[in-house]
Amino acid sequence: MGRASGERRCREYCSSKIVAMVLKVFFPSCCSSAESGILIGRWISEQNSAVILAVVHFPFIPVQVKQYLSEVQRVTKVSVSVLGSWSNSKQEKEESLSEFLEDLGTIFSHEPWIQISKEGDSKFWSCSTLQKHCNNPKEEEIILVYYDQRKVMLSHLHPPLDTATSTDHKADDASKLSAIFDTVAKSKVLFMTDRYDDGPIKLTHWQSDGVEASIIVELMKQASVPACMLLTFLVSLVSGICRSRVLTFWPLSFLWSKLSTCEQLGHRLQHLQVISSNKKAQTQTQLMRKANIFVSLLIDVALGILLMSWLYRKNRIGHLADTLIPMADHVAEELQDLLQWLMGAPAGLKMNRALDQVLGRFFLYHIHLWISYIHLMSPFIEMILWYVGLSACLGLTVALCILSDIIALLTFHIYCFYVYGARLYCLKIYGLSSLWRLFRGKKWNVLRQRVDSCSYDLDQLFIGTLLFTILLFLLPTTALYYLVFTLLRLLVVIVQGLIHLLVDLIDSLPLYSIILRLCRSYRLAAGVKFRVLEQRDGKPLRLLMQINPLSYGSVVQTYRLPTYSCYPKDSWASLCKKLFLGELIYPWKHKGEKQD
Amino acid sequence: MEERRYRSASGAPIALRRRQHSASCRELAVRCPRLQLRSLSAVTSAVWLAAYGLFVLSENSMVLSAAIFITLIGLIVYLHFVKIDQESLLVIGSLGIQVTSSYASGKESTTFIEMGQVKDVVINEAIHMTPFKYWKAAIRSPNSLLFSRLNNPNCLSLSS
Repeated sequence: MGRASGERRCREYCSSKIVAMVLKVFFPSCCSSAESGILIGRWISEQNSAVILAVVHFPFIPVQVKQYLSEVQRVTKVSVSVLGSWSNSKQEKEESLSEFLEDLGTIFSHEPWIQISKEGDSKFWSCSTLQKHCNNPKEEEIILVYYDQRKVMLSHLHPPLDTATSTDHKADDASKLSAIFDTVAKSKVLFMTDRYDDGPIKLTHWQSDGVEASIIVELMKQASVPACMLLTFLVSLVSGICRSRVLTFWPLSFLWSKLSTCEQLGHRLQHLQVISSNKKAQTQTQLMRKANIFVSLLIDVALGILLMSWLYRKNRIGHLADTLIPMADHVAEELQDLLQWLMGAPAGLKMNRALDQVLGRFFLYHIHLWISYIHLMSPFIEMILWYVGLSACLGLTVALCILSDIIALLTFHIYCFYVYGARLYCLKIYGLSSLWRLFRGKKWNVLRQRVDSCSYDLDQLFIGTLLFTILLFLLPTTALYYLVFTLLRLLVVIVQGLIHLLVDLIDSLPLYSIILRLCRSYRLAAGVKFRVLEQRDGKPLRLLMQINPLSYGSVVQTYRLPTYSCYPKDSWASLCKKLFLGELIYPWKHKGEKQD
Repeated sequence: MEERRYRSASGAPIALRRRQHSASCRELAVRCPRLQLRSLSAVTSAVWLAAYGLFVLSENSMVLSAAIFITLIGLIVYLHFVKIDQESLLVIGSLGIQVTSSYASGKESTTFIEMGQVKDVVINEAIHMTPFKYWKAAIRSPNSLLFSRLNNPNCLSLSS
């Protein structure tokens, strides 16, 4: 038994040693039909893997190859070297060639010297290594990994590594794959020569079919620079006007901060500044952000112009204005009916008649004021709508924000009712709670922030109890008014919230990234996947490395554009508590504002 | 390449296939039974019968077309996102581990974990709906069990 376990341990030890000795050769699949020559690429010693970038054909002059490699190394900052030899013999194996290839190893000294040979059209290549300075030559296992050079070069591995922040210890942390991706991406210069370029050295690697000179693209490139400059000038002009002193006086600035249209316009102005800045985007993330903003702006404006063309055809604005005023009237009438109902015996409840009448008349007077205000406005509504509708050309989001503002302005009476009701209710609740403490012989200690016991006088207790009784009996009346107006307010808030949700969606959706993922899925890589290819005994294992595209969810998560509004931080429980205590609720807190 | 048959925790038959590609590359695949026509037709007919019952009650032909759409969309969602035909684990020495699950519709979702990022391998055990049965037994020295004739341990079912 002991011997068996010992044997097993020995085998495990051996297998672990074999695993440590596995040599990985990353071979570009476009080079599989290259003529015989030498392999150049990067040797990553800590991973025991070789990334082959190109094949240099015969005939060549070794000095020229070395010169070329040092030049490439200088430009790309990748330690490119000659890794081994590649022989592609169409017919039977040529003895002299193989000897010659072995001799090449002495000219270009590299440890280990990789020899790959392909015979005829066979899929199974033989692969071997030569180690001269090793005293105990061992049989190494070799894995051939094919990769698509173009896709690997163009793709970006996620999550993106920040090259600026990565320090030495992070470089160790960096995964092997990112090293390989990085090597291929950095040696882009190597691949830039197209097949019509003729240099002293003949290389095989991925090649573009020559630069296609499209006149439209070239013209757009030329035109983009002055266009950007003009845009920058306009944006700086507009932002200068916005910051001018006339507009930052107290009543106006307060008004600007309450209108969501102004917020949205400011947000879009920032976007325009980002796009028109002539600084080149350094990292991939910045580039993607710029492109996302650009596409989102473009689509937003296109949708806005579509909306505008729909609105201004067949005098739809006039119809809209004609229906808007009767609707506001209708809402006011409904509110009047509701108040009349509340002033009677709503749902069979017996209310305090005097308080009920007072509150009802107060609100009725308010509605009366509101109706007269709307009637005063009615001749101008169509004109206002006509001019406001023009702003839809700034984008669909701006139009939606204007709609939200119009709703807020037209339901201002509901907001007022809500505030009155809430304040009254809040006052009662606080009074009741403090009197309830008095009732139990306790009081709130402000200095210690806790409830202390306290001995009250007799008349204090008498007055307190009397007030408590009065407040308690008046509470249902106020609570009913509060409840009804809170429900109305919540309805308006939900409608506004839905509009803002739509605006946020358009603002934050990274459309460019999504289109890229849809059409060029290899550009955004989450990692790689391997497929085991058909294999034969005695030949190295062959794997095909494919790019695993990022899922749509993580694309949206990674490239989401930040928006100015954030969702309410209140949980449902705290919202309910606020509603119960009669504190005012605001649906939409902006990021810049401080929360009281 | 060898194949063995097991039972899953819930009792469904599964097949484990092992394949040695090379000394350092090994693939393990667990295959579930394919979707059976019997269960598919049973679910479909149940939904349609329920829809027909509703149609008779409400006399609205929308119910029938809704039932057809629900069945179709449900089937697509089930095949594309829920039903997994095969799960495989590819271990490539010194390169990494790759987990692939292929769905019944042919969709494959693959995750490759590099060797450097693998911290540890844990075999997780779970007991799921296993009936535990108790029976009377006596221990007789030295080390032999004596079972009562009734209620013998053959009815003890353990799922792998």
